[in-house]
Amino acid sequence: MKINLSGSERGNKVDILGKRKIWYTISLVIIGIGLLFLLINGLNLGIDFNGGTLMEFSFDHDVTTEQVRAVLQDIGIAEDSKIQHSEESGTNGIIIRAKTLDSEEIVTVDNAIKSEFDSAEMLRTEMVGPTIGRELRINALLAMLVASIAIVIYISFRFEFRFAAISIITLMHDVLITIGVFAILGREVNTPFVAALLTIVGYSINDTIVIFDRIRENMKLMHKVPFIKQANTAVVDTLPRSINTSITTLITILAIYFFGGASIQTFMLALFIGMFAGTYSSIFIASPLLVTWQERISK
Amino acid sequence: MRYKQKRRIKLIIILAIIAFAAFLYFQHGINLGLDLQGGAHIVLQAQPTEEREINDSVMTGILSVIERRVNQLGLSEPLIQREGSDRIIVELPAVDSPNEAINTIGRTAMLTFRNSSGEVLMTGEAVKDARADYDQYGRAVIAFTLTDSGSEQFADITRKYMGKKIGIYLDNEQLTNPTVQAVIEGKGQITGYESAQAAEKDAILIREGALPVPVEVIETRTVGPTLGQISIQKSIRAGLLGLLLVAIYMVFYYRFPGILAAVILAIYGLILMGTMAGLQATLTLPGIAGLILSIGMAVDANIIIFERIKDELKSGKTLRAAIDAGFKRAYTTIIDANVTTIMTALILAYFTSGTVRGFAVTLGIGIIVSMFTAFFVTRNVIDIFAGSKLLRENKSFGVRKG
Repeated sequence: MKINLSGSERGNKVDILGKRKIWYTISLVIIGIGLLFLLINGLNLGIDFNGGTLMEFSFDHDVTTEQVRAVLQDIGIAEDSKIQHSEESGTNGIIIRAKTLDSEEIVTVDNAIKSEFDSAEMLRTEMVGPTIGRELRINALLAMLVASIAIVIYISFRFEFRFAAISIITLMHDVLITIGVFAILGREVNTPFVAALLTIVGYSINDTIVIFDRIRENMKLMHKVPFIKQANTAVVDTLPRSINTSITTLITILAIYFFGGASIQTFMLALFIGMFAGTYSSIFIASPLLVTWQERISK
Repeated sequence: MRYKQKRRIKLIIILAIIAFAAFLYFQHGINLGLDLQGGAHIVLQAQPTEEREINDSVMTGILSVIERRVNQLGLSEPLIQREGSDRIIVELPAVDSPNEAINTIGRTAMLTFRNSSGEVLMTGEAVKDARADYDQYGRAVIAFTLTDSGSEQFADITRKYMGKKIGIYLDNEQLTNPTVQAVIEGKGQITGYESAQAAEKDAILIREGALPVPVEVIETRTVGPTLGQISIQKSIRAGLLGLLLVAIYMVFYYRFPGILAAVILAIYGLILMGTMAGLQATLTLPGIAGLILSIGMAVDANIIIFERIKDELKSGKTLRAAIDAGFKRAYTTIIDANVTTIMTALILAYFTSGTVRGFAVTLGIGIIVSMFTAFFVTRNVIDIFAGSKLLRENKSFGVRKG
């Protein structure tokens, strides 16, 4: 067989699948730590899921959180409120997080801040009632579930069921790592985070399939060699693509993370972690699991 | 000669695609979401009362009252639509004081005339018109006129409560509580306003009538115009920087084909903008992220194709044969890999709303356009240069001799 000759030679030299127990261990440790933090601290759910109000103002000079707290004290909503600095506008920003306020109360806060500080400008106000929060949570889970089922069906149809089953394990791996790291960092989780998770799902599958596609091809072209070698050759041959694609994607994500503004940072952080995990898992988890699956069956 | 002709046709096809995309973009422009141009997104939910349950006619009633209020506030290009059985979504682009507007729009605004023990004597249905005005002392007031039957009713009431107090309430807020000094027919005044603006706000509510049932504001997202501007500037800068870095990497790794990839990427960007404009899709902040992500996918398609061509070259094929075989084998990979992502984007678009849906839609469009670009533009561009020395050189596609 002449095709992929030089690649196959490389495939003989670099043994990724033989060391699969090491890769499994690395992943399990990271997921384990993440789950531990998740159980102890939970996720830092933002107003999209828990309900609440967020208001952001900018000023032309430095305004302290104490000054803002004093204003909120006067209108009686200071107790349940968290006040922080933000750098969204490039000037001096303040973010107020409060319980779910009604429209009247929001206007009161808006006016109170503006009358106390002349330069105050309202950048954004978000209010999410408890019903919406619950719906968003349910819809996010539902979207994840439906997407997974659709993916299993498509891959079973185009490949084999075991490829589909392992794709799902791989994407759960990526999602768990992303959620775990967010639990460890204690970063706030909102709807964009869910969008990020779903993008990770899509990307993870995309990445895994490119390798599975090569394994499928090798199963036809190299039918005399054992499965582990077919799979290892596929992983090694697609390595340049896997690395190049993840580097170019991660470059763009990093560019947006650092220069795209604060409101998009959490989203980009989630994408970065997920895509990193996705590249790792498509090389070091997905194909090794296929080999493990094969071994269990032939025993 | 035949080859040259073919090449010319391919060049024309690419230029036609670019021209059409540019035409769509300049013809329609890109719709910006509320998070980018500033504005308010409000979700209202109708609350059933003891007398009234929520049905279609109640919802139509709420919708028309809210439409009239929004118009009276003088807001441009509002979007008011019903969602589900009991919800209404109001979108107000470029509104000056969004939080005030929301407060006005969401009020039940039931006007009642009550006696001192709180008993309702007359409601706002008796009021024909209400305007902000000044009384003889120059104080801001609301001057209201009554319907014919309302006029009779009010005359009876004022006769009966002569010398006593009658309170006028908007919902549970007392506007004024005057003592009746004469029998009043036809018209009256509500005093106690600090400014004509404050009087006008309530006048709108009284004039356009009460909502048939109360509504609850269950979600609001407002963005001031400054923040929208900042977001657009920042994300465009970040996106361009990302594109530039990717282009540099591609040229560094793939040499001349890398330059082609960078050009293809620019063409991809143009087709994408044209498609977004043609479909009148709305671009939101997460949508920009979706676009940038799809750039990653577009690059990926090119990487897959280049790597395949490289494999074929390594196996000893001529450049032309390697390009043919490389594309053929890359097709299935790209389709299988992208179909799953498109499915995820569709499902996400179905289950979510607002800005996240904007993300899913742009991601979906981006991936479809990236597949189109890979199959038509990349193929033609590579073919055009297949005869040139630049691609024939040994270092092309980064193949190392060996």
